[in-house]
Amino acid sequence: MNDLMSRALNLAGLRGAQYADIRVVENHTESVVIKDGGVNNLSNEETAGFGVRLLVDGYWGFASSRELAAGEVERVTALAVEIARASAVAGGERVELGLPVSSQGVYQTPFQVDPFSVSLEDKIALLLSADAEMGRVAGIRTRIGNLCSIREHRWFANSEGALTEQTIIESGGGIQATAVAGGEVQVRSYPNAFVRQQVTGGWEAVLSWNIPRNAYRIASEAVALLTADPCPSDTITDLILGGAQLGLQVHESCGHPIELDRVFGSEAAYAGTSFLTPEKLNSFQYGSPQVNLTADSIRPLGLGTFGWDDEGVPAQSTPIVRQGLFVGYLMSRESAARLGMQSNGCMRASGWNRIPLVRMTNVSLEPGEWDLDDLISDTERGIYMETNRSWSIDDKRYNFQFGTEIGYEIKNGRLGRMLRNPTYTGITPEFWNSCDAVCSEKSWNMWGTPNCGKGQPSQIAHTGHGAAPARFRNVRVGVLK
Amino acid sequence: MENREDAQKLIEQVLRRCAPQHAEAMLVAADSSLTRFANNAIHQNVHERDTTLYLRLLDGKRLGRSSSNRLDSTGLDELVARARLFAKASREDADFPGFVSDAKYQSVASFDPAAAACSPQQRATRVSVVCRLAAEKALNASGAYSTGWEVTALGNTNGVFAYHAASRVDYQAVVMSDDSSGHVESSGWRLDDIPVEALGGEAIRKAELGRKPRKIEPGEYPVLLDPYATSDMLENLDFHGMGAMTVQEGRSWMNGRLGERAMDSRVSIWDDGYNLEGNPLPFDYEGTPKQKVDIVRQGVVVGPVYDRRTAQKDGVESSGHTLPSKHRQFSPAATHMFMQPGDSSLEDMLHSLMHGLYITRFWYTRLVHPRDCVVTGMTRDGVFMVEDGELAYAVKNLRFTQSYVQALAEIDAIGRETRLLVESYYNIASRVPALQLKRFNFTGSTV
Repeated sequence: MNDLMSRALNLAGLRGAQYADIRVVENHTESVVIKDGGVNNLSNEETAGFGVRLLVDGYWGFASSRELAAGEVERVTALAVEIARASAVAGGERVELGLPVSSQGVYQTPFQVDPFSVSLEDKIALLLSADAEMGRVAGIRTRIGNLCSIREHRWFANSEGALTEQTIIESGGGIQATAVAGGEVQVRSYPNAFVRQQVTGGWEAVLSWNIPRNAYRIASEAVALLTADPCPSDTITDLILGGAQLGLQVHESCGHPIELDRVFGSEAAYAGTSFLTPEKLNSFQYGSPQVNLTADSIRPLGLGTFGWDDEGVPAQSTPIVRQGLFVGYLMSRESAARLGMQSNGCMRASGWNRIPLVRMTNVSLEPGEWDLDDLISDTERGIYMETNRSWSIDDKRYNFQFGTEIGYEIKNGRLGRMLRNPTYTGITPEFWNSCDAVCSEKSWNMWGTPNCGKGQPSQIAHTGHGAAPARFRNVRVGVLK
Repeated sequence: MENREDAQKLIEQVLRRCAPQHAEAMLVAADSSLTRFANNAIHQNVHERDTTLYLRLLDGKRLGRSSSNRLDSTGLDELVARARLFAKASREDADFPGFVSDAKYQSVASFDPAAAACSPQQRATRVSVVCRLAAEKALNASGAYSTGWEVTALGNTNGVFAYHAASRVDYQAVVMSDDSSGHVESSGWRLDDIPVEALGGEAIRKAELGRKPRKIEPGEYPVLLDPYATSDMLENLDFHGMGAMTVQEGRSWMNGRLGERAMDSRVSIWDDGYNLEGNPLPFDYEGTPKQKVDIVRQGVVVGPVYDRRTAQKDGVESSGHTLPSKHRQFSPAATHMFMQPGDSSLEDMLHSLMHGLYITRFWYTRLVHPRDCVVTGMTRDGVFMVEDGELAYAVKNLRFTQSYVQALAEIDAIGRETRLLVESYYNIASRVPALQLKRFNFTGSTV
């Protein structure tokens, strides 16, 4: 492996590259899907290959191939040089990468039980057990469950002396029950929306979620939602968001706008730009004093936890918002250099055939001091919403609208009637400035978002978001039609 | 590029290893390049080459799946061993409809050597035109231009073999000023399908017209939609209801509307995997030859598209609309959609609009309620107030929450020009016109 990587880096230098790196990636993904009492999908996918990224005269080129052989490494490296030379045709500023990166070492995700060591029979049995529990509830139309295990082996070397090797293990899974009657379709999921919570870690994480034990409850809730009262229409009220929904709120309204490549316009044509422009750094009141957000790649279980990013920059933690003040970005070497800063290790590629982009690692809302029961007791009138059902936000990350699977009215400090089709909408800084309480470590959890899209060609990243329930004052809810 | 003989040989090597079990092997090979630009310069410029084999192996009534891009002898051995292991561990699937047999395939010639061989220098030269034109007007151009080819081949132990080679070209640009933006997008399979240099001018014009946008009150407005917004409507209607599984599970907008007139009588939507004005593929990802399917005919909901499993359940034939392995949980879906154009030019429609909004495209659209296909999303890259048939002023982006079914029930006019647009993640192609709709519900605005 090292010989092939050295071959690429040497050839890149000989052909005029001032900087080069090569990543070799082997990904192994195992999926178990159960639907309505039967095995719907049992699959085992492997993909491997390498990508060479280099700078010639300050312009990028990248080429990749599945075939890890000396001749192909040479062809791909030469093609990357040709592409970089073509990049110069349109002109523009030459890329500066800042200080060199020469990390070396080996990293492996910590885990207790390798998810690939667990038999398929045991995995199927776990999901069938949950399926049977959901099946006990009359009125459920569709039951689905899935488990996902990922092992990704990554090697990285660059022309500045970096050489790292990492093995990342992910475990994920969940269940979903759908009830249909009349014109209503109601869905409940566990532990997270869209049938999947996911973490870096082993099988022990999946067992800790007690999926079968929650199956009957969520199926019952799906059926109950069919006849629940609708969320009040177009009303301003206080809102308490459950941790999983808040994790996605952080992802969309904080995680994306702090990507420094977006800020500089790299994603303008596709994912969009950001309202968090550089002059706001250290001066913009993003949220209330209760809001503290951190980006890190070191917290246990986070889908953004690793040893080094895909530029070889070590894992680290960065304050993003402190007592409401915006203080940090997610950065690459190139984007950080434009601000006279150093990368905080947020360059991640979705596979061997993609370049790294500035991506979220684990962007988390730090816990506050409230107990959830106390927070509800302290709320005279409002709505509690949990588990995402739909999410939408504008291309600068200001205006958002989210829907959740379930809501509960809060009246005189108590949870009351169940509400169907809850939605809420707002403008990002107004929303976060309306946050007046965040729950404590006791209800803080690391949530996984394994479906974050960005880039052309499309890349799907896996990101982590720690969050506990929090309260927001005077939010517009009930925007359905 | 994997030619027909190479692909068949590789697939046969896999199927031989599966004996005595029945199996189906699919090969997807691609060579694609993408030149991406931002701030009037190329900032990302990439190439990839890959060939992956997808195997489904049947052990009695138990199915195992595996995939790999390791194509040497050991890699093929492991591919088969893993599928066999997974089949053994699975449970009997009494509803498995079996693999395709006795299929007759119609070939479609959608391969342009010039598109497949387009060089980095050619792409860079083309995109640098919009970068230069934008810079000359103190505007900022971003976008992507991609070219390449893809081979799709499938064989199974029933003796079926299908092969299709296609080229592909996609172009998209957003041109921005400090307070405005314009968008252009087009897809095709011939290099000359997309006049990259000329299309850039469309985005530049919108960016110039869109300066000094005003904030307006949300509410109900008549709208004129560019084809980019129309394609979003078709993609959401497709994803949330044109596939038979969504209908069978009661979560489609077609439920309760089958055979009924749900849209304006000028609305006809169909799927055609053979049409050279689309992004053709003559068979689906389980080897069923594509059928041309009427989905909505003159406003009447005809029915969904099928794969083999959903077809068996409804006692009909598969229409050939299985999705690729990685999207199989959403299968089936229409992937080669066409919408019947009308007889109006965009200018005619604009001039006939006395009060309303002209919208370039929708962004980040998500389903809010499935049975009416209620969708929320934002406008993006050019919104204009139209008064007395003229563009009156630019408008700040708006959020809408709207039933797409109801929106298509009240149409003032349909454009006569169409554009082919291919959604990048699920590869859903639609050739669509501009639409003038009587009402559209805006529920918020942005900063």
